[in-house]
Amino acid sequence: MTNNADISQKLADAVREAAANHALLAIQGNGTKAFYTGALSGTPLDVTGHRGVVSYEPTELVITARAGTPLAEIEAALAERGQMLGFEPPYFGEAATLGGTIACGFSGPRRPYAGAARDFVLGAKIINGKGEILRFGGQVMKNVAGFDVSRLMVGAFGTLGVLLEVSLKVLPKPARELTLAFEMNAAEAVKQMNAWAAQPLPLSAACHADDTLYFRLSGTESGVRAAQAKLGGNAVENSERFWREIREHRLNFFQNGSPLWRLSIPSATPPIDLPGKWLTDWGGAQRWLKSDTPAADIRQETEEVGGHATLFRSLNQKRAPLAVLSPGLISLHRQLKLAFDPHAVLNANSG
Amino acid sequence: MSQPQPIPARTLPDKAAVARALRQFLPPAGVLTDEEDLRPYECDGLTAYRKLPWIVVLPDTIEQASRVLRLCDERNIPVVARGAGTGLSGGALPLEDGVLLSLSKFTRILEIDPENRTATLEPGVRNLAITEAAAPLGLYYAPDPSSQIACSIGGNVAENAGGVHCLKYGLTVHNVLGLKFLTMDGELITLGGKTLDSPGYDLLALLTGSEGMLGVIVEITVKLLPKPEYAQVVLAAFDSVEKAGEAVATVIASGFIPSGLEMMDNFAIRAVNEYARAGYPNEAAAILLCELDGTAEEVAEGIVQVRELLLGRGATEVRASRDEAERLKFWAGRKNAFPAVGRIARDYYCMDGTIPRKHIGQVLTAIGKLSQEYGLPVANVFHAGDGNLHPLILYDANQPGQLARAEEFGGRILELCVAVGGTITGEHGVGVEKINQMCVQFTQEELAQFHALKAAFDPKGLLNPGKAVPKPARCAEFGRMHVHGGKLKFPEMERF
Ligand SMILES: Cc1cc2nc3c(=O)[nH]c(=O)nc-3n(C[C@H](O)[C@H](O)[C@H](O)COP(=O)(O)OP(=O)(O)OC[C@H]3O[C@@H](n4cnc5c(N)ncnc54)[C@H](O)[C@@H]3O)c2cc1C
Repeated sequence: MTNNADISQKLADAVREAAANHALLAIQGNGTKAFYTGALSGTPLDVTGHRGVVSYEPTELVITARAGTPLAEIEAALAERGQMLGFEPPYFGEAATLGGTIACGFSGPRRPYAGAARDFVLGAKIINGKGEILRFGGQVMKNVAGFDVSRLMVGAFGTLGVLLEVSLKVLPKPARELTLAFEMNAAEAVKQMNAWAAQPLPLSAACHADDTLYFRLSGTESGVRAAQAKLGGNAVENSERFWREIREHRLNFFQNGSPLWRLSIPSATPPIDLPGKWLTDWGGAQRWLKSDTPAADIRQETEEVGGHATLFRSLNQKRAPLAVLSPGLISLHRQLKLAFDPHAVLNANSG
Repeated sequence: MSQPQPIPARTLPDKAAVARALRQFLPPAGVLTDEEDLRPYECDGLTAYRKLPWIVVLPDTIEQASRVLRLCDERNIPVVARGAGTGLSGGALPLEDGVLLSLSKFTRILEIDPENRTATLEPGVRNLAITEAAAPLGLYYAPDPSSQIACSIGGNVAENAGGVHCLKYGLTVHNVLGLKFLTMDGELITLGGKTLDSPGYDLLALLTGSEGMLGVIVEITVKLLPKPEYAQVVLAAFDSVEKAGEAVATVIASGFIPSGLEMMDNFAIRAVNEYARAGYPNEAAAILLCELDGTAEEVAEGIVQVRELLLGRGATEVRASRDEAERLKFWAGRKNAFPAVGRIARDYYCMDGTIPRKHIGQVLTAIGKLSQEYGLPVANVFHAGDGNLHPLILYDANQPGQLARAEEFGGRILELCVAVGGTITGEHGVGVEKINQMCVQFTQEELAQFHALKAAFDPKGLLNPGKAVPKPARCAEFGRMHVHGGKLKFPEMERF
């Protein structure tokens, strides 16, 4: 058995002390996504001891767990009751914790059809930079009391607060899943993905890799069968593994040494003319590019189609590839950071 | 009645001078200062709270709106944004020393993008107009508040509005991809666009439901969904509200995500049978309406299973709609529930708490007991699938003491919602109405964090001051929605 424990007071004391001493803290889970966040300055604040499912009620479709709880433990508990996390979170390492997953806010292949990590967050308990324990949102489906601070924590990389507990809406596992494969080039695939997404089909993933379009259907037995009859294609064996490898970046595509870029763009954008290797996910809305092209060129081309590019993985890049923001947004980000962490204690990047 | 918190005393600038300055860049009809012109703006859908605005401005372009804000910022004049004014918590209640910025001229649908399935809209576009514009493409905009023929998309974003179909398709926050908003000093900020995410903090989520306190939304990009191929609804009757409540939990737990799951108690059933000839079983203690949508195959399979689940939970009768006409007839009763109740009562309060679904039966029973204690009838018609209650407390404001009793009763209901792990507002917002109840739900530190967050966007506190988040000094009494004489301000609309 795991040793579940509530160490929120201890963590809050540590933050309060750091704030009083103007010291820096580096919030630490199991480090599975350190490749993305880069090195952090300051004394490590280990949150992995703050773990355990606080409550899980399948009939409410809500789970609440401490941030240090391994994601695998949460998914196993859900699977036992025929449920799942709707955003199909990438782990990027077996030891991934709930806190790290939410702080990074990454979502898997199901994202365009079911929603992103932030869409499933119902509430959060946090420690702000003053060491205060605060609760926002809750465990109910609809809640508009106060600003939506719990969603603000998703993808904030721990810079606005230490996540203590997160409440997530969960989904029933579909009765049937089926992946269909179609041979075609990227341009055709993008068109096809978007055409099908405009029709009432039980879609749950669409990606294009190695001249093949992969299309996942999720729903009832009969609904999936009817959709298959309509779409054609070849059923893919062992497709669960295929989607896991896409999600975890374990396909061959992700393996070579060139920097890996993530382009978030409007889904119907035709293939972009940049040298490198491409993999299209999220029905066209997320494109992965392995390329040695200069960052400025990639960013510019991406902005021209109304999207943004992030350097996701790179061997020689040490720190987080900060997103490029407009001056107005930068100033709002600074003010928000001050509002939550006035002494700038939490998760400062080094270098 | 609770009123917005007074903003710190300051000397009011000369009204004529400010109006002159505004007319420098706004058309003559875009600056209103006379009482008769201001009167229509004195309240939103919560008509019990009224205040004549100091000045109303109706800009037509983002540039004009930005200049209004800059001017007000420089002169320390507070600003309240207003969409269609259908809000039910007094969020758009004007200030007698502030400018009311109406977005009613911003009604252009800027783009419908069929390939990316998005719509880009000015904030004054009506919710229903989006779906109407997208319909020829087989697409629609999912969030469907009952006020959708009148409410604006800007107001929907500001309140994070919901609707019957949000159970499956999400609230406003799940359906907005991009925003442009103006900060109090007039700066235009762009968030997201047609992409599924944008870099930096999730300000898109933060602006959604921010009740006009952080910025003025001037452009919105939403996602459009394919219209489901087929939909069918099941009507189930129960001989107790507890059983109906348990049935809700069972359906949700069974792995179905209905596209709508609504509940009505006997009081509401009788009212609509009389008013709208809904044909609901008159003796039932409660009914559930459960809609499934998807491909014809999925729905057919689901309906069989849902019927069994409901019977297994003690439903005394289960009917499935046989065709589209009957499906609409089943819904017609539900949609007429509020006017139907409004016809019986002189006045009613509508509460908006959300609770965990497993407590529905228990909370409805407790509300029934409170109803006896206070000597005031209650009708319940609500979004059961989301646990979002809308108890309507019937009373007569002309009877001495009834108003105060109804108010206290409403307060007890919201306290109950918080006590079982719920919230004081599911979709109508805090506004001025529930500002006191925020004190029950949040600690002083949490409220202070909200204030700090607001100050990050609006350091002078000029945007919609006194709404949504109480100052520490003000944690005392409770509020409510007041519907006088059974009449809402928008009687032609389906309620909630
Ligand atoms: C009959 C009836 C039925 C209803 N049914 C539902 C329902 O089913 N679900 C539901 O969720 N709500 C419902 N409502 C409540 C209301 O319609 C919603 O809250 C709606 O979103 C308000 O939109 P509006 O344009 O009328 O906004 P307003 O009432 O004008 O304003 C609401 C708030 O938003 C702010 N605001 C408005 N526009 C902007 C902007 N562009 N930028 C920044 N802030 C802005 C205002 O300052 C105010 O705080 C109902 C109301 C009525 C009268």
